Amino acid sequence: MKFDTPATTNPIDQLKVVGKPVDRVEGPLKTTGTARYAYERHDVAPDHAYGVIVGAGIAKGRIRSIDTARAKSAPGVLAVVTAENAGKLGKGQFNTAALLGGPEIQHYHQAVAIVVAATFEQARAAAQLVKVDYERTPGAFDLKTAKDKAAKPKDGDPDSAKGDFAGAFAASAVTLDATYTTPDQSHAMMEPHATIASWEGDKLTVWTANQMIAWSKGDMAKTLGIPKENVRLVSPYIGGGFGGKLFVRADAVMAALGARAAGRAVAVALQRPLIMNNTTHRPATIQRIRIGASKDGTIQAIGHESWSGDLPGGGPETAVQQTRLLYAGANRMTATRLAVLDLPEGNAMRAPGEAAGMLALEIAMDEMAEKLGMDPVEFRIRNDTQVDPEKPERPFSQRQLVQCLRTGASRFGWDKRVAKPGSTRDGRWLVGMGVAAAFRNNMNMKSAARMRLERNGRVTVETDMTDIGTGSYTIIAQTAAEMMGVPLDRVDVKLGDSSFPISAGSGGQWGGNSSTAGVYAAGMKLREAVARKLGVDPSKATFEGGNVVAGGKTVALSRVAADGELVGEDTMEYGDLEKRFQQSTFGAHFVEVRVDAATAEIRVERMLAVCAAGRIINPKAARSQVIGAMTMGVGAALMEELVVDKRLGFFVNHDLAGYEVPVHADIPHQEVVFLEETDPTTSPMKAKGVGELGICGVGAAVANAVYNATGVRVRDYPVTLDKIIGKLPPIG
Amino acid sequence: MKPFAYERASSPKDAAAKAAKTPGAKFIAGGTNLLDLMKIGVEEPVHLIDVNGLKLDTIEATDDGGVRIGALVRNTELAADTRIRRDYPLLSRALLAGASGQLRNKATTAGNLLQRTRCPYFYDTNQPCNKRLPGSGCAAIGGFSRQHAIVGVSKSCIATHPSDMAVAMRALDATVETVRPDGSTRRIAIADFHTLPGTTPNVETVLAHGELITAVTLPRPVGGVQLYHKVRDRASYAFALVSVALILQPDGGGRVALGGVAHKPWRKSDADAALPKGAKAASDALLAGAETTHDNAFKVTLVERALAATLAEAKETSA
Repeated sequence: MKFDTPATTNPIDQLKVVGKPVDRVEGPLKTTGTARYAYERHDVAPDHAYGVIVGAGIAKGRIRSIDTARAKSAPGVLAVVTAENAGKLGKGQFNTAALLGGPEIQHYHQAVAIVVAATFEQARAAAQLVKVDYERTPGAFDLKTAKDKAAKPKDGDPDSAKGDFAGAFAASAVTLDATYTTPDQSHAMMEPHATIASWEGDKLTVWTANQMIAWSKGDMAKTLGIPKENVRLVSPYIGGGFGGKLFVRADAVMAALGARAAGRAVAVALQRPLIMNNTTHRPATIQRIRIGASKDGTIQAIGHESWSGDLPGGGPETAVQQTRLLYAGANRMTATRLAVLDLPEGNAMRAPGEAAGMLALEIAMDEMAEKLGMDPVEFRIRNDTQVDPEKPERPFSQRQLVQCLRTGASRFGWDKRVAKPGSTRDGRWLVGMGVAAAFRNNMNMKSAARMRLERNGRVTVETDMTDIGTGSYTIIAQTAAEMMGVPLDRVDVKLGDSSFPISAGSGGQWGGNSSTAGVYAAGMKLREAVARKLGVDPSKATFEGGNVVAGGKTVALSRVAADGELVGEDTMEYGDLEKRFQQSTFGAHFVEVRVDAATAEIRVERMLAVCAAGRIINPKAARSQVIGAMTMGVGAALMEELVVDKRLGFFVNHDLAGYEVPVHADIPHQEVVFLEETDPTTSPMKAKGVGELGICGVGAAVANAVYNATGVRVRDYPVTLDKIIGKLPPIG
Repeated sequence: MKPFAYERASSPKDAAAKAAKTPGAKFIAGGTNLLDLMKIGVEEPVHLIDVNGLKLDTIEATDDGGVRIGALVRNTELAADTRIRRDYPLLSRALLAGASGQLRNKATTAGNLLQRTRCPYFYDTNQPCNKRLPGSGCAAIGGFSRQHAIVGVSKSCIATHPSDMAVAMRALDATVETVRPDGSTRRIAIADFHTLPGTTPNVETVLAHGELITAVTLPRPVGGVQLYHKVRDRASYAFALVSVALILQPDGGGRVALGGVAHKPWRKSDADAALPKGAKAASDALLAGAETTHDNAFKVTLVERALAATLAEAKETSA
């Protein structure tokens, strides 16, 4: 099915199941521990061995020699695989560095060996016996110094310009020219990257934790140099991904190599201290923002430049993209520059681009509002635009930013904020409020599904879509139930298997709308099959209460399929609606913080997000997504930083004791409001992404609240007490 | 993890004797730190002697009006003990500021005193660390050192001692009781128990090989307002950037000890004496001769301000 004209009324609009805050259909499996994650598939690979990966001890250089003799002779060891005996390996389309290093080492903790043994403990002990002799070569590890050598990336759309930015900025009555930095960040998901790999002849099955089944099936084949059809990838449950599991990583490739060498299935879970340097991360940025406005607060010029780094062949953090779309202004420029760094591979982390870009832009907006003597909510409203400011002929499909800001301000009690920073005190606490816009683009991805009407009247959906904790199972079940007019408990959903039709996968907040649109397409096919079976016109048949009603007849679906299941399979594809309309999601974050007047410790007191993101398919699941994203945003604002050792070239705090993320005690009451919205340009679901919107801007709202509380403006994330304490007034 | 022998001891003396027989032997109690370090190859004991069954898990009154805390009393139990809460609230507060409920349920009094530093380079066996591998160098000096020590540092090591409990023990003038392999016992003042890094940062206490902690005693209660103020980046489950243990008496005198600033819980007699003059004077005395890095220089200001806030709170409480 091709979606190339805006949706009209369709079966989803009945909203009997879609749009309801139903519980997760797979919830009982997860709460009883019976949903098996990749590392727990003892049911399918009962005799598997264990593999432990050895990570490189240097950031850049080569292996002079690698001594595996002691490891090989250690108790229980079945195989040791290094680049010397792995055979020729390719590199996946989505990988920047090789997943097995040697002799060249491209980054710290790049895998250099896997030790396979009968037990996990034996494998770990033997892995510590692998001795590697390295030759170090100098590398570039500091973005600040590499910045001057940064280049314009070849791919994508790095720069944009409209009007005369320089002239308008110079002529503006009020201007801001400020530089902000965001650090490298780690996904730090609960479930480590994990895989069980098993060969049957030349056919490989990997039970793994992966967000994008089809991409990763292809990259497994490419890396191992085997035909794609010889790879089956299964990933039904994933304990968090955030972009860290978009790709094949070392756990999958090394498990496959280990299993081939050992002649039996091998399970590998990346050990926590390895994950942060071995896998991908959100790259650090340096961002310069210039805004010029007339005295009434109308933006005349807005410019955003961003620098980030990656390994050779890698890509930039696209931190300027929201600045092209979020605020009006006749004269504009953005620029993206990429430096070569020899740190681990940078890549997507929840809301790549906007998450880092909004951290900077939304402080800049707060600073401008203050310079203008305007309320920061009003300043943003003043510069709203209903069209793409770079291409004014392109309207936004839906844009309720102003409504989000106004609703939020009223619900949060924004009128109680004292504009003068440092002026609200409650005992030992300095109290402040901050606001930021939320913005994240919507993307639609081709997505297929198969629906079966079983002989007993149950409906089964099969698609290689993944559920990374987001609620995919549930919204797909809701969509199928709505399409076929059956209650939710008569739908079974099977996900995450490369033998199923290829879906959008989970990433870029495209999964919810795209995968359910694929189910819609399959559902239309199944409705047609049912109608054909009954010899009626599909467009005249209605599906409700477990029955199909057509031509004055009411027939139970179980009767229609009684003598053989019916199948509907289709792919939802997209025309040019997203070129004709700018499809984005919007929100407003309001935050109250308390800062200890003595120690500058920051604690978040209240949070509110108001979101407008198309039809909300399941308000309960969507709320969980947004509060999770807000929590991650608090981490980005206040504590998350992969600290680079600029001499040795690695992330030093590479475990969860050193890389702090918020704990329960850090997170106060969080309120989420969804504004009523349907977007007929996105898909028949009229929905958009929402899983990443919640992180965009929230960190800046925290930073702005800290400024309002203390009068200290921190432009380098994370906003930690050491950046504030020296500027606080004396106590006593 | 390297293979190791495991045995249970029948008495404290037996444990000490067994340990003395095997170079590289270690005691294990709660295991909350040792097991983690063994898994990543930082600790590689060849022999573990389990002391959990030694009945060292009671809290008893002493003849001089103090308490004796068995080496194996769990942190949770110690923090909740009614006598400790009434007579030594500083200790209870410090314990509850540390780790998580699950860890406190397992961690022991003696083990808490003996926990190793949280320096990230100590934890990474690819990196030089004089504490883990004597003579290999110190990667923290010139590296990421935000958490590190600012007083009592050496050219070999700038690690901190991570315990909260030990800081309270230092302010309370605790004494560590031990038994040695020959069966003799000794009492070590907490002030002398932990050592500074000097040229041997791998040595962290004055305990001899095989010497087992049997108890920690606290002298009779000193009263006053007792506060433990731990400063950290997140609200819970984080090591201190700095911490202040304060006992303030009605006459303005008192005691102050710091965590997060040195290789051991940090207390200075001239700082105690300077308390009546206020936070600046006491903090100057505590941090005299401080040697900071680019990353941790803020701790000097933080100590003074945290102490000032703690003093103010103590005065408010007693008023």
